[in-house]
Amino acid sequence: MSLFPATAAAKAADRRATKPAPRPAPRGQRAAYGFIAPLGIGFAVFYFWPMIQTFYFSFTEFGPFGGHTWTGTDNYARVLRDVTVWQALGNTLIYCGIGLVALPLAIVVAALLNRRGLRGVAVYRALYFVPFVTLPVAVGLVWNWLYNGDFGLLNEILGWFGVDRHYWVSDPSTAVLAIGAVMVWSTTGYYLIIFMAGIKAIPRDYYEAAELDGAGPLRRFFTITLPLLSPTLFFASVICMIQSLQTFDLIYIMMGEKNPAVGDTQSVVGLFYKWAFIENAQGAAAALAFLLMLLIAGLTYLQFRLQRKWVHYG
Amino acid sequence: MRRRTLLCSGLAAASAPVLAACSDEGGSADGGGRTTVSYGMWDPAQVPGMKKVIAAFEEQHPDISVRIELTPWASYWTTLKTSMRGGTAPDVFWMNAVNFQLYAAHDVLEPLTEHIAHDRTPVDRHPEQLVRLYSYDGVQYGLPKDFDTIGLWYNKALFDKAGISYPDTTWTWDDLRDAAAELTNPRERVHGFCSEMQRQIVLYPAIHAAGGYVLRDGHSGFGDERSVEGLRFLTDMIDRGWSPPQSAMVENIGRVRFWSEKVAMVHDLSAMAGQMYAVPALKDHGGVTVLPQGREHTTIIHGLANVISAKSDKKAAAWKFVHFMAGRRAAEIQAASGVTISSYAGTQDAWLKSMPEFDLKHFIDMEKYGVPYPSSKNTAVWENLQYPLLGAAFSGKGGIEDAARTLGKQMDRALKEERS
Repeated sequence: MSLFPATAAAKAADRRATKPAPRPAPRGQRAAYGFIAPLGIGFAVFYFWPMIQTFYFSFTEFGPFGGHTWTGTDNYARVLRDVTVWQALGNTLIYCGIGLVALPLAIVVAALLNRRGLRGVAVYRALYFVPFVTLPVAVGLVWNWLYNGDFGLLNEILGWFGVDRHYWVSDPSTAVLAIGAVMVWSTTGYYLIIFMAGIKAIPRDYYEAAELDGAGPLRRFFTITLPLLSPTLFFASVICMIQSLQTFDLIYIMMGEKNPAVGDTQSVVGLFYKWAFIENAQGAAAALAFLLMLLIAGLTYLQFRLQRKWVHYG
Repeated sequence: MRRRTLLCSGLAAASAPVLAACSDEGGSADGGGRTTVSYGMWDPAQVPGMKKVIAAFEEQHPDISVRIELTPWASYWTTLKTSMRGGTAPDVFWMNAVNFQLYAAHDVLEPLTEHIAHDRTPVDRHPEQLVRLYSYDGVQYGLPKDFDTIGLWYNKALFDKAGISYPDTTWTWDDLRDAAAELTNPRERVHGFCSEMQRQIVLYPAIHAAGGYVLRDGHSGFGDERSVEGLRFLTDMIDRGWSPPQSAMVENIGRVRFWSEKVAMVHDLSAMAGQMYAVPALKDHGGVTVLPQGREHTTIIHGLANVISAKSDKKAAAWKFVHFMAGRRAAEIQAASGVTISSYAGTQDAWLKSMPEFDLKHFIDMEKYGVPYPSSKNTAVWENLQYPLLGAAFSGKGGIEDAARTLGKQMDRALKEERS
C-alpha cells in the first residue's frame, strides 16, 4: 500500500494525460486516401499480386511456354536439397557483409564533409554520388576493365610494387571480394547523402557545448554524432542489407557464364535467374524467390528487434 | 509501422521475377493492306545480308513486308520465351539446335511438313543432318538457312617468326601440340593455342576427335574414357603453358586474343570468317584449315533454321517468307554477303569468293564428317552444368578426369529428369 493513496480522480487524470491525443476529426480523410491511392494501387499491382502469384507458382511445375501443374511441396524440397542453393546463400551473406562496409565508410566521409567552413562540399558530394546513379551494367563493365588480368589498370599499378598480375574476377579466391568492393564503391555515395542529412539535423549547440567542455573531434564524433545518428544508421543498415541480399546485376555483368569462379560468386537471385529463365525450372525458382523473401523479412525483423538496444531517438 | 516496413522488404524481394519477366515487344501489321511479318534474329552482323534477302522477297510479294526484330544473343531466348507466353513473339524467327526440341515438344512451332509438300520446298537441297536436326517426332518444324563448321585458324606471321610450317589437312594432334609449344612466347605473352571452355568450338570437337561423344541414346558421354582423353588434351595445353588458362580467357576470349595476335591458333566457326576478315592483320596474314585429326577427323556441324510461331496470326505470309528463305535465290544473296555458308547446295561459291584471301573451302569439305550439334529436349539444363564443373580444371588446377566423370553423372541425372 502506498503512502500517498491516489484518489480515483487523480488516477483518471493521470491516465488521460498519458493517453495519446484524440484523433483529429475524419474531415478530409477521403482526400488523403485519394492521394495515397495511386501508390497503393501500384504496390498492389506490381508487388502484392506478383508476390501472391509467386507463392502460388512455387507449388507448381511450369511449362516453358505457359501452363502449369500442381506439384505440392516438391519445389521446396528441391531447393533445400540443392547444394548450389546453400552455396549461393553463403555467397549472398558474404556480399551482405561486404556491402555493409559502405556504412562506416559513408559515415566517416559524411562527418568529414560536414565540418563547418569546408569548401567545395557540393563537388565532393557529386563525386561520391555519381557511382550510385550510374547503371550497374556500366559500372560492372568499367570495373572489369580495371580488374582485367592482362592489361587492367589495377594490375599495372600493383606491378610497380612488384605484385604479380592476377585475374581478379576469375579467380575464385578473389572474385567475391572484387565484386564486393565494386558494390561498396557504388553504394557509398547513396548512404553518404543520407548520413549528411542526418548529421545536419543534429543541433549545433551540442557540439558547441562539447567544445567548451574540451571534447576533441574524435570524442565529439563518438559521443554526439554517432548516437544521434543512430536512427539514420538504422534506416541505412536495413536498406543496405536488403539491397545486398538481392544483389544480381553487378555479378551477372562482371562474371559471365564461362568464368571458373561462377559457382563461388553466384548469389541467390543469380541462381533464381538461372533456374527461371535458362533452365525452365520456374516452379523451383519461385520457391527459391519466396524463401529469399522470408529470409529478408526475417533478418529485417531481427534488425527491428535489435534496434531497441542501440538506436536513440532524440 | 514496423509491420509495414517488414512487408515492404518482403515485397521487394518477391518483385524480382516480375521485373525480369516484363517484355515490351510488340508485333503489329502496318496499314495499307500490307501484311507485316516480324522476323526475329540475334546476329547484327547478318542484318545487312538479311535486308537484301528481304528486299528480294518483297519484290516477289509486294503485299508482304518483313520487319527484322533484332534481339542480342544474350537475351534472345529469354525474350522469346516470355514474348511467346505473352503472345507477342515474332511470326518467323531463328532457331538453333540447342533450343529446338524444347520448342517443338511444346507445340509452339508451326508444323511445316504439309506446307513443304504443297509448295514443293527444295528441302533435299540442304544437308540432311541439318534438316533432321529440325524435325521432331517425324514432323518438320524448321528449314535450315545456313550451316557452320569449325576450323583451325592460324596466324601466318607468328608461324613465320617461329620458323615452322603452316597447319594443313594432314595435321594431327601431335602436330598441333608441337606447334603450340614452339609458338608460345611467354616474354611477349603470346600463346600457341587457346584451350578455351567453349562447348561448340572447342570442347565438343575435342571430345569427338578423341573418339568420345557428348550425348548418345539419351546418355552422357562425359564420363567416357575417350571423352576424358579429349578434354585432357585441352587442359594439358593449359598446364604446359601453351594456352592461357580459362581464368584469363574470361576477360579476353580466345577469339579476341587471336584478333590481337596474342595467340597463334584458335578453333573458330565458319560464321566468324567475316569478322576475321575485318581485322586488317588477319586479312593480310590469317589462314584457316580443317581441325587437326585426333583419333578421328571431326568437326561439329550446326546451322540455324527459320521457324514459324504457332501463335502467329499471319501464318500464310510467314510461310511464304520461310519458303523463300529455303530457296536458291535467298541462299545466293546470303552467301554473297559473306556472313555465313548458305545451306542450299551449290550456292556456297559466292561465300567462298567473298573472302578470296582465306581458304574457306575447308569449312565446306568438313561437312561430310561433321557431327551434328548434340541436343536434347532440355539441352540448356545439362549444358549449364559444364562450365561450372570443368572450370577449375581449365584454369590449370588439374583434376579433369574427376570433373568430367562428375559432369557425366550429373548430366545423366538431368537427362533422366527430362524424360520423366
